[in-house]
Amino acid sequence: MNSLVVAALLLVLLGVAYSSGWSRSRALAGGGVKVHSRPQYHASYVAIWAMVPALLILGLWAFFGTGLTYNYLLAQIPPDTLSTLDPAALLLTVRRIEALASGYGAAGTVQAFEQAAAEALRTFQFMTFAGVVGLAAIAGFGALAYARSRITARQRARNAVERVIGIVLIACSAVAILTTLGIVVSLATEAFRFFTFIHPFDFFFGTVWAPDNAGGIEHPGKYGLIPLLVGTLMITAIAMLVAVPVGLMAAIYLSQYAPRQLRAVAKPAIEILAGIPTIVFGFFALVTVGPFLRDAGNAVGLSINATSALTAGVVMGIMIIPFVSSLSDDILNQVPRSLRDGAYGLGATQSETIRNVLLPAALPGIVGAFLLAVSRAIGETMIVVLAAGNSPVLRGNPFEPVATITVSIVNQLTGDTDFAGPQSLVGFALGLTLFVITLGLNIFALYIVRRFREQYE
Amino acid sequence: MTDAVSPSGTAPSARTLAIRASLRRRHLVEGLFRALGLAAIILALGFVTLLFADVLRKGVPAFMQSNLHLTVTFDPEVIDVGPAPARNTFTSEAEYSAASLKWQRDVALLNWNKIVETALREAAPAGTEIDTRQLLTVAETNARHQIREAFVADPSLLGRSVEIDVLASANADNWIKGNIDRALGDAQQQLSPAARALIDGFVADGTITTGFAWAVLTNTDSRAAPAAAGLLGAFFGSLWMMLIVIVLAVPIGVASAIYLEEFAPKSRLTDFIEVNINNLAAVPSIVFGLLGAAVFINYLHLPISAPIVGGLVLTLMTLPTIIIATRGALLGVSPALRQAALGMGASKTQMVFHHVLPVTFPSILTATILGVAHALGETAPLLLIGMKAFVASVPVSPLDQATALPVQIYLWQGNENRNFFEPRTAAAIMVLLAFMIVLNGIAIYLRSRLEKRA
Amino acid sequence: MDILDTARRTASPAAGNAMTSEMLDTHRIRLTARDVTVHYGTKQALHGISIDIPSHAVTSFIGPSGCGKSTFLRCINRMNDTIEGAKVGGTIKLDGEDIYDPSLDVVELRARIGMVFQKPNPFPKSIFDNVAYGPRIHGLAQSKADLDEIVHLSLRRAGLWEEVKDRLSEPGTGLSGGQQQRLCIARAIAVSPEVILMDEPCSALDPIATAIIEELIDELRENFTIVIVTHSMQQAARVSQKTAFFHLGKLIEEGNTSDIFTNPVHKQTQDYITGRIG
Repeated sequence: MNSLVVAALLLVLLGVAYSSGWSRSRALAGGGVKVHSRPQYHASYVAIWAMVPALLILGLWAFFGTGLTYNYLLAQIPPDTLSTLDPAALLLTVRRIEALASGYGAAGTVQAFEQAAAEALRTFQFMTFAGVVGLAAIAGFGALAYARSRITARQRARNAVERVIGIVLIACSAVAILTTLGIVVSLATEAFRFFTFIHPFDFFFGTVWAPDNAGGIEHPGKYGLIPLLVGTLMITAIAMLVAVPVGLMAAIYLSQYAPRQLRAVAKPAIEILAGIPTIVFGFFALVTVGPFLRDAGNAVGLSINATSALTAGVVMGIMIIPFVSSLSDDILNQVPRSLRDGAYGLGATQSETIRNVLLPAALPGIVGAFLLAVSRAIGETMIVVLAAGNSPVLRGNPFEPVATITVSIVNQLTGDTDFAGPQSLVGFALGLTLFVITLGLNIFALYIVRRFREQYE
Repeated sequence: MTDAVSPSGTAPSARTLAIRASLRRRHLVEGLFRALGLAAIILALGFVTLLFADVLRKGVPAFMQSNLHLTVTFDPEVIDVGPAPARNTFTSEAEYSAASLKWQRDVALLNWNKIVETALREAAPAGTEIDTRQLLTVAETNARHQIREAFVADPSLLGRSVEIDVLASANADNWIKGNIDRALGDAQQQLSPAARALIDGFVADGTITTGFAWAVLTNTDSRAAPAAAGLLGAFFGSLWMMLIVIVLAVPIGVASAIYLEEFAPKSRLTDFIEVNINNLAAVPSIVFGLLGAAVFINYLHLPISAPIVGGLVLTLMTLPTIIIATRGALLGVSPALRQAALGMGASKTQMVFHHVLPVTFPSILTATILGVAHALGETAPLLLIGMKAFVASVPVSPLDQATALPVQIYLWQGNENRNFFEPRTAAAIMVLLAFMIVLNGIAIYLRSRLEKRA
Repeated sequence: MDILDTARRTASPAAGNAMTSEMLDTHRIRLTARDVTVHYGTKQALHGISIDIPSHAVTSFIGPSGCGKSTFLRCINRMNDTIEGAKVGGTIKLDGEDIYDPSLDVVELRARIGMVFQKPNPFPKSIFDNVAYGPRIHGLAQSKADLDEIVHLSLRRAGLWEEVKDRLSEPGTGLSGGQQQRLCIARAIAVSPEVILMDEPCSALDPIATAIIEELIDELRENFTIVIVTHSMQQAARVSQKTAFFHLGKLIEEGNTSDIFTNPVHKQTQDYITGRIG
């Protein structure tokens, strides 16, 4: 009901403001004067003027209204009753009074003070609502009248409206910056708090990862990053071993050899892999690839764990194939045709042209693409959570379970913990490490790719 | 070596012979290289096929489920409760609802298992010897709630017998489908020999039939009754988040792309913003989850596990993608169009909003839908903001507790009843993928429609 | 000095041979094209081109842009094979051998018919490796010394040796435009082709670099059969002995360069060389 009234008020205000600005502008134009701005700009100008104060007042009320009403309600409960109520009972009483005021009623016997408070609350709610809506209406229509009076033939309404649009656009661009800022600040502050518990040296160079999640602040356990880092790098390396040859050769075949029809089918089909959620890859790794690798290992006398660095790495590699292939494809296509013609003109075969001319020319760009893929593999979470086995022990055997930075973030931060102890704060220290590594890789990779593009532009 | 002029028409020169000598090897290398490329394509396509085939093979059977047809008798001796309160005997809505709740509580406290047990015993062939606990493992534990709800909805059922379909238990379903090895010994079986024999009897006499598993689509998650666990809650959780992403990320992303591409002066600052956005697009998603946990939950005290927080996190994550795609689209608009618009006396803002933006609309739309689809599949950041909590209700507002489809997949794959939940997880993946395919399909359709019109 | 001497010694017999053979049959026909057509998809780009190209002379193809002269040039070493949807008809014979014969190896063909392109396109390798690339892939050098010699000789013939001899290991892309184009010519002659095709080799160069290249082309005539596509009639007049005029995918007129420029038979040729079309 209330929101309907507010919506109606705003709609009416908007409509009246727009049409009055419009008609005023038309009237000016009809007088034969040369008007600077078109009617819709005058109309928008008046509408902006009218809406801003009204929205401001309603917004303030939405923000502070609940608190004010609550305080008023508390004031209606007799002080001696109030002092006898514990928090749970107080909540119950408040609920009962609110229910009574809304006309729903309350079960059981209604005490006199409850009834009185409910009556007062109902009046208060009505009065304040009417007051706020009235105020918003007065402010809105006042501003409307003011803005309308400012409309003259020479008034630059379009420029004013465009200035407002400009401000909105800038505000939107700021969101991306604020996001980065938010990431950096929140990771850094929480990581700093973590380092007040655990010395940074023990974190960055420790070789044992054994958080004591039940130990509280007195017994935090050990937080050595090295086993996680080794696990992360091992999986990344395996993933790249799968993704780079397959992705690069697929890109070469598609861009240089494949007939057009095959390319039209195969390229989007491979890119389907990029659109599949990582949790699906994780499931695939856990229930299919892992057991397959274990059985294959058994067949040749290798002891491979179903959840291991190998399983996670192979599936992550599959996930990254389209990433590598489409980036490499783009980059190969940017090598000028004249270079290829030069090699063909000398009598080079197609593969000689590709290996000796195309790839060297595209190398910087392709390396950039690989680095982007590495950064993606390092930050990948769900495949590793499901398929890497979560065993934060420092060892070099890819057939054994491992843990990664991302897995440990998930393990340390998914309980309903407050961020008070090192057990949960370590998630932010890990996050910061991850952020810095991937950021470094990305900046470097994007720099290389950019340099490459400029070379052939 | 340097015989630039080969004797014409006669025997080939030494140079030509040298070239010919190397040709065989070179063509062999060529063929090998080509075969490697083709192998890479086949491998990549093979992975795609394998992944889909695997999910389908596991997931499709989970869409069929065993149902138990029972004749349930609402025995007054067991259902020993007064009549349901009527609204007109109470003075206020609050009084009525209090009495009504009390009645329902009384109903809930009745021994509904007794009713289920009786119904099962009636269905069983005469002379079946089985104790109550084993007998009840045949039907899913939510059977009693289902029967109770039927009674609450229609108290006149008291004393009557009606046919009600309930779900067979998850273990019964495993046994029927062969998801658990039938040859395993009694110690490893989830069901007792008597219960297994009874189930086989039920299948033979048609008391248990297999039907489409509507539960997967129409129920919320359930821990106590795995056979009744469904995706509805997670689906709506995802839907709320999609809505938030669309409402926030699209306008903000398009607006900031417009600013950066069309209005921003070329300066250090805009360069910095550009680098910043490119990097933001490559920040691991889990870092956005940390941001959400620290800022939205710990600092702003937004509700934990709520789609509002998930939506905001995914919005921030999707934003760079949309900005980059929109900028690309804007960059692709020919300068001729801009100059034509400016030449007609349009202001820069008019040029952008009246001429440039409409042309790029199809690409922006496609990029947006793809970005939203990507956000839909994201799991890791949601785990960090508490969305992996067990939620058995449909979120009616973005402030309610909820989970999301990918998180539900994560939760189900970890369920200890592997035999039952592995197929059901695959089924959930099919639903998620179907959702994404629909979104992508819409994107492709809209783009082709809009491009034709343009 | 020593290297230079060796080079001269090795070069002189070859040059001598060329002189003799040129003197022996100035009009010997190296390439014959009969009724050559080219289609790009459904669009016909060339209509029945028939022409003979003499050995040890420069033949130039002129005509307005889009007339098909470059397309025809690219038929001669089958570069059109690399363009999707291009279809070539008719016959082209090199020393009586059909170059579109399916049994003929296009790799070998291109080693016999080299090409220099419109835009200088050195590979992203060192100057040395650019020139050595062709001999390397074709296995033309038995030893490192052999290869050094071929590179040296080719750079010298291309008139680039003095300018680059101290920086052979620097990237070829670091040279000036004119030097790059001469590097590409050196790269082409390092394979010792019989025919060199040049597709507007000076169009991206300034007048001084152009003059150097034109002079070079004239010198190369001694050892190679050269076909050059140019949009500059002055260039055709300066460097070529034979000229063919293309218009709208058809060969309008061909003959001795002096004849074409002083006494064209066809009106279209007349219009072109007097600047009325083009």
